[in-house]
Amino acid sequence: MPLLEASDVHGGYGGMNILNGVNMTIEADEIGVIVGPNGAGKSTMLKAIFGLLTVTAGEIRLRGELINNLSPHRLVEMGMGFVPQERNIFPGLTVEENLDMGAFLKPATAPRMKAQIYDIFPPLRDKRRQPAGELSGGQRQMVAMGRAMMNEPGMLLLDEPTAGLSPRYMNEIFERIRAINAAGVGILMVEQNARQALGIAHRGFVLAAGQNRFTDSGEALLNDPRVARSFLGG
Amino acid sequence: MNELIFFFNYVVVAGSVTGSIYAIGAIGVTLIYSILRFAHFAHADMMTLGAFIALLLTMAFPHAGDVVGLPTAIVMLPLSMALTSLAAVGIDRVCYQPLRAQGVRPIVMVIASLGVALMLQGAIRLFAGTGAQSLYVEARKAIFRIELPGVARPIVVTEPQLILFVLTVVAVVGLQLFLTRTRMGKAMRAMSDNPDLARACGINTRVIITLTWLIAGSLAAMAGTLLSLDVAFKPDLSFFLLLPIFAAAIVGGVGNPWGAIAGGFLVGFAETLAVFNWAVLLRPLQAMLPAWLELPNNLALVGTEYKIVVPFFILIAVLVWRPTGLFKGKVI
Repeated sequence: MPLLEASDVHGGYGGMNILNGVNMTIEADEIGVIVGPNGAGKSTMLKAIFGLLTVTAGEIRLRGELINNLSPHRLVEMGMGFVPQERNIFPGLTVEENLDMGAFLKPATAPRMKAQIYDIFPPLRDKRRQPAGELSGGQRQMVAMGRAMMNEPGMLLLDEPTAGLSPRYMNEIFERIRAINAAGVGILMVEQNARQALGIAHRGFVLAAGQNRFTDSGEALLNDPRVARSFLGG
Repeated sequence: MNELIFFFNYVVVAGSVTGSIYAIGAIGVTLIYSILRFAHFAHADMMTLGAFIALLLTMAFPHAGDVVGLPTAIVMLPLSMALTSLAAVGIDRVCYQPLRAQGVRPIVMVIASLGVALMLQGAIRLFAGTGAQSLYVEARKAIFRIELPGVARPIVVTEPQLILFVLTVVAVVGLQLFLTRTRMGKAMRAMSDNPDLARACGINTRVIITLTWLIAGSLAAMAGTLLSLDVAFKPDLSFFLLLPIFAAAIVGGVGNPWGAIAGGFLVGFAETLAVFNWAVLLRPLQAMLPAWLELPNNLALVGTEYKIVVPFFILIAVLVWRPTGLFKGKVI
């Protein structure tokens, strides 16, 4: 049974559909990457999965269970984590408090998970008593991902995790995403940095106008001249 | 030396009393703002309500305090705080929650709170009448006079003032520990910092809102009761409290409880310094002044009856020169 299965998903904001039939399948140990031009519905798809906007048709299943339009709160309980692109940390709380909030529903696991997250993101250990709002962009992204992992999710949704980061941090974040995946977390992410993201993807989804244009393994998409020409800048 | 004691009694003691009351009131205003995002204009009336409940309880059991040697109103304070905080939650459920569910704009909530303020004032007047009443029912206020060697004038502190100082410290330390050490306290700060992300973490908005009203309501009852105990219970108490507590919250940076405390003391001291008769301090220097310069009897910046304009001026000054408050606001 796939970890996440979306079939023919339609949805959008206030009665206007942005998604016009998106299909996706991710297995438990996979990284899935969504790429595509601006306005293709990439982030919208993540929000639709996480219950942040209305799915009007189609089905989204997590481990076989139908999750259409469930509240984010419920999805967190079911083991899904979401890292929004913007406003994804609590700037006034310390790094450690940010992580604690991630384990709000499972406080007992917090100490163990924090130790694990500090191992994945060593810079956070030194800055754990510092307000998260004072950190650099890359470190904030680490806090955001760490916060989402505190709940021990089986599935992590990442919305443009490297947006606005320097190349050094970008590589580091991609490294960490692989490490998180290697620890048994299924990942679905939206990335502007399509080449690098498809490089680590088990499955790639090229969206355009709210529909799948190409769906294949990351490697196959990278080597497909049509994808390269239209979506990867030649 | 006598003059310094006079200054101590009329500025240091009086300023600390007013400052503590304003600070505790402003904490409530600022907490409600940071979680519910609206200016709660009925807050001063919640303070009056708390004092009124304490008065009723004191009238019902006038000798309850004798058992522990404290004023009865103080013994009744925990009960008054509990009842006021429950009333605050009830008011939220009946008056604010339905509006929130409709997703109204903050200004609608502000106007609703103005309605709640009028309603509370009316209800209290209906039962308490319009006159002032002492919270010392069948008892007298203890006044401590601390004599210093070689000085004629004693330092004067009343029992309610001492209790107020102690409870203010307890409330501030308790709030600090709650917000930084407990799971729910951190969740409250998280909700104020980034409500969407807080919900995505599984933090229950309803529980946090209830908690906010419980804290704000009980602090309001505490400040209202202690103020009434020191002066007297008046149904129009809120009229003299609303502007200063809002000024304090805004001066400190709305949404910042530590700012609210600082703002409360700033406004409290500014008020007492403005009405203080500086002639008393200058009089001993009269001998050194040229003969033609005679000190007037009263050298206060504003008359006591105009005390209320002081927070107003501070408020306007802050809004003009530093609109986010002295400390950065909008975050707990």
